[in-house]
Amino acid sequence: MNPTDTSNPDYFHKVVDCQWACPAHTDVPEYIRLIAQGRYTDAYMVNRESNVFPGILGRVCDRPCEPACRRGRVDEKPVAICRLKRVAADLCGEISQRLPTIPKKKNGKRVALIGAGCASLTVANDLLPLGYEIVMFEKLQQTGGLMRSNIPAFRLPPKVLDGEINIILDMGVDLRLGAPVTSLKELLTESYDAVFVGTGAPLGRNLEIPGRYDTDQIFVGIQWLESVAFGHTNSIGERVVVIGGGNTAMDCCRTSLRLGGKEVKVIARKPMDMLKASDWELEGAIEENVEMVTNHAPEEFIIENGKLTGVKFSEVEWYEDEDGRLRSKKLKDVVVPCDSVILAIGQENAFSFIERDIGLEFDNWDMPIVDKVTMQSTREGVFFGGDAAFGPLNIIWAVEHGHQAAISIHNYCQGIPVSDRPSYGMNLASTKMGIHEWSYSNDFDAITRRLVPHVSLNERFQNLNIEVELGFKAEQTVKEVERCLNCDMQTVFKANICIECDACVDVCPVSCLIIAKNGSEDELRLRLKTPALNKDQDIFVSETLPQTGKVMVKDENVCIHCGLCAERCPTGAWDMQKFTLNIPYATHSPCTKRKKIA
Amino acid sequence: MSYITKPKVAYAGLNKNKLGLTIRNYEGGMSTLCAGCGHDSITAALIQACFELNIPPERAAKMSGIGCSSKTPAYFLNAAHGINAVHGRMPAIATGANAANRNLYYIGVSGDGDSLSIGLGPFAHSIRRNLNMLYIIENNGVYGLTKGQFSASADMGSTTPKGQLNQQPPIDPVLLALSLGGSFVARSFSGDKEQLVPLIKAGLTHKGFALLDVISPCVTFNDHQGSTKSYAYTRAHSHETIHTDFIPHADEIKVEYDEGAVVPVQLHDGSQILLRKVDPDYNPKDPGDAISYIQHHHEKGEIVTGLLYLDDNARDLHAVANTTDQPLTELSYDKLCPGAKALEDVFEAYR
Repeated sequence: MNPTDTSNPDYFHKVVDCQWACPAHTDVPEYIRLIAQGRYTDAYMVNRESNVFPGILGRVCDRPCEPACRRGRVDEKPVAICRLKRVAADLCGEISQRLPTIPKKKNGKRVALIGAGCASLTVANDLLPLGYEIVMFEKLQQTGGLMRSNIPAFRLPPKVLDGEINIILDMGVDLRLGAPVTSLKELLTESYDAVFVGTGAPLGRNLEIPGRYDTDQIFVGIQWLESVAFGHTNSIGERVVVIGGGNTAMDCCRTSLRLGGKEVKVIARKPMDMLKASDWELEGAIEENVEMVTNHAPEEFIIENGKLTGVKFSEVEWYEDEDGRLRSKKLKDVVVPCDSVILAIGQENAFSFIERDIGLEFDNWDMPIVDKVTMQSTREGVFFGGDAAFGPLNIIWAVEHGHQAAISIHNYCQGIPVSDRPSYGMNLASTKMGIHEWSYSNDFDAITRRLVPHVSLNERFQNLNIEVELGFKAEQTVKEVERCLNCDMQTVFKANICIECDACVDVCPVSCLIIAKNGSEDELRLRLKTPALNKDQDIFVSETLPQTGKVMVKDENVCIHCGLCAERCPTGAWDMQKFTLNIPYATHSPCTKRKKIA
Repeated sequence: MSYITKPKVAYAGLNKNKLGLTIRNYEGGMSTLCAGCGHDSITAALIQACFELNIPPERAAKMSGIGCSSKTPAYFLNAAHGINAVHGRMPAIATGANAANRNLYYIGVSGDGDSLSIGLGPFAHSIRRNLNMLYIIENNGVYGLTKGQFSASADMGSTTPKGQLNQQPPIDPVLLALSLGGSFVARSFSGDKEQLVPLIKAGLTHKGFALLDVISPCVTFNDHQGSTKSYAYTRAHSHETIHTDFIPHADEIKVEYDEGAVVPVQLHDGSQILLRKVDPDYNPKDPGDAISYIQHHHEKGEIVTGLLYLDDNARDLHAVANTTDQPLTELSYDKLCPGAKALEDVFEAYR
């Protein structure tokens, strides 16, 4: 193999699994260390820089970081990253001094943002400090988009939502509530230098089966949750069937329990292991005694005397056909009696306000054609982000879209091609403090993942707005932070001063190092003391070593970043260096270094 | 040394041996030797060899004397027995232990000072007696624990870091063992585990005294330009004469080999050693040949490594003394000490 190119930030970035998996590349290990030091406000600001809504995301993020966490590969359970983020947000002090100053003198450019959800808010957050004038159109009377209308208050309290949204609005957004944009064509004739579409995916998918329109007790989940959130709906039948298996279904069933539902069932077509809902959302519903029924495909709503009495399902069995496609086979009919039905089988976009003759092209699925990097549509100056861009994703993706769109809008307004993007950079700094001392807590703590305390089942249903999760207690926090392996403390190797004494190879607690004759990647992977079978994780290959002509090989898979290789190295060929990813944002200069917070 | 100990991480993918143990079960405490010490590599090789040989850790006895080398038994096989003897007297203590319990694996770890200076006498006699043990000399040519004076194994002409010359001839433990009738004589290098691990396995399996002289660079006092026991010098001048493959008795021999180039040796427990002659003129069954070959190459500045001599038929101390097969520690008291009447009979026999 050729020597690994560690000068490309991607190599070390990939080692920090959580940061690599996060769409916005939040510097997770850094903020966990700050929490460990009790520096909650600093931890909050590290978060805010990349993900903008730490308090919101600390409760309801989809957490792509957690399945990626190295700790999961080392001893099964990842670090409770999301819950630690919430700790930073809950204990955060005053931050107004640390927010960017908004120039009094504007740069003369006006940008229209359609929708007041997380994507639009991120664009505003990034562009206002640069002197842009931002006009934000929202069809509803409240900001926050699906974060407010679709995530129940018992998971995300309005206070948290308002707090973080107001930080951005207070930067000087010209907010127009109750002002739906009905014609993009018309908006484009007004004096805006760029337009950003962040309208989300606000429509719930319908289920057209017999009986659908013969009762008023069948609700579409997305709209129903919105109606609950805004106080228009405050009751539901005693026996509720929620059809679907995603996170919306979980929110619908749990909300039903708080509006009078006594016997609530979630019924899905797919088997349990294929449900789209996140594990923790499923657990949340199961904890509240919601019955999960799987392998049931809805056939018909049963209406007797104009009243909904139940739903007929086919119980199915799944198998793979010869092409490997999943097919279902009907076993029998099952009737589930109920008083109300909530449909939670998917979300759709609504682009009726976009005329199809304005040079903005749509694909076969009636989705706008949007560039994955620049977020620009086929009409110059019109950008998309969040669920409006590529269909329903999640909040953290919407934030990242917002950052990228802000870079593009800034380029576009300054006459720079949108494809001309600032690059990622990195900084590496030694953490050696003494012969046996490193500037991070390098010992491995075998403690298991801490569980977040919940409000008891007796209390939580009394009020729709009682937040169920209580957040970590101080003693849980101090233990959980120590579970982080500090993967950003990189093992950096200098081949020219290695004397091949094997000290690092011998001391490595997870046998991830070897000094060996070079070979092909597949073969080197097998020659490691513990074969490197996880191909998702890179192996590092050094330059040729001076004494024997062999190479140092490291499997990144289960390295616990304890630093013993560096500590037992007599020549300093190994060093533990803190990696900081410099993430580009829309700024005055093409690529500025990230501000040092810690 | 390190402030944190090597963390016990139970991660998936860690191999288990036939006893269901992982290599982590064969480790010991955290080394307090200098970072980069050759001795730590030998420790790691011992751990690997014992793991691969499926030795139950509690069936091993670690013997050592005094010196940097003699600290190392603390760093492997935590669950084994062990005695840290007075300086140079490890072979005597090992003889006693071996006499009492012949069923343990005896692993002696000594240094060039412990074995070739203060302990030369006990060392020589344990070879003569063919005591059944693996005897490793962690040979770095200096007294590391007393700040790097030349030891008895330092080569003529090698220097200290500041340039003082060693003017006294070295004692080569390999030549000494060959002249004393050693039954298993080998040399290796701490920086070459591919050679070292099979040699340790062969030595542990050999019935008799297995001498393994391992060049083990002292990174602090003897890893410089004027040293003949540095990492760089040893790598540049090492001459592997015989390569050893160790094949446990359970495994079928699958390697194909050229009869003239390979000498297969069957060990007492059924396992097999294949001596692959890197140099076709070398005869690993003739001590006289071995001595002249090693001396000849030493004059050329070369360090001859490998399993240099093996006599698998030599009788060990227990065979010569005609002791019982059952370890003395397992004999009942009345058998071990049959009483005044039996002693009287013994005396009578000599009258």
